[in-house]
Amino acid sequence: MEIYLLCLVLFCVGLYGAVRKRNLIKIIIGLVIMEYAVNLFLVLIGYRLQGRAPILASDQQVLNMVDPLVQSMVMTTIVIGLALIMLVVAIAVRIYEKYGTFDITKIRKLRG
Amino acid sequence: MEIYLLLIFMIVAAVAALEIKDLISSVIALSAVGLSLSLAFLVLKAPNLAITQLVVELLCLILLIHATIKKDLPLVKDGRWLFNTVSTLAFVAVFLVFIYFALKELPVFGMPIMRVSGEYLDKGFSLTGAANIVTAVALKFRGLDSLGETVVIFVSAIGVLAVMRKVGKIR
Repeated sequence: MEIYLLCLVLFCVGLYGAVRKRNLIKIIIGLVIMEYAVNLFLVLIGYRLQGRAPILASDQQVLNMVDPLVQSMVMTTIVIGLALIMLVVAIAVRIYEKYGTFDITKIRKLRG
Repeated sequence: MEIYLLLIFMIVAAVAALEIKDLISSVIALSAVGLSLSLAFLVLKAPNLAITQLVVELLCLILLIHATIKKDLPLVKDGRWLFNTVSTLAFVAVFLVFIYFALKELPVFGMPIMRVSGEYLDKGFSLTGAANIVTAVALKFRGLDSLGETVVIFVSAIGVLAVMRKVGKIR
């Protein structure tokens, strides 16, 4: 159970960064840390003590393998996370080109 | 046991990544988090995930360095320090209250509920012929999810092209 709590601490560090920081790059870093924490949490749920990787071999029992479904889904999640980071970094670069800063409180030209 | 050390290192590196003033240093600290996450996947018996995470982490490092290098970075000052920190901590506290109720429903660490994936482990080889069950699940049993993932990457690439294009920009 403590390992879930450590993973949660990592998530909270990312949440703090994403909510509190005023630099756009720091906000992106917070988002990425949150994504890493969630991926690690899902893999931790599927882990079996003294388990083996879910790759069949002649000397391997089916009983002591870790959960393959979670790993397969997390593989999808990692790649989707990369797509998210691509889009967010592109938007941040565009904002820097237009406003000349990464500070989110200076980006106020659309304010009514 | 190694997983505890890796997690503590990841937390320290994450705090460093958020608190360092220099942006390139913080991007590199973030990459330390990602690479130790790759090691953690290897410890948790997920070699496919470790390889994928390694590649994705390097691509993410390249993207973030491309975003931060060659920009003159004015120092971002934090104003209203007390109010911002207190409201953020209150938000995290509300989140933790929900987590406290959710954490009791989870299975104990090391004993997963394998109701569906037990079937996959039993019949995976005879149905698909793949020795690696993870790829069998990703490509055969849950092939539609892989199709959805590809669609998401495609949409994201189109979004990047639409955001970064130069022609037709209203000046």
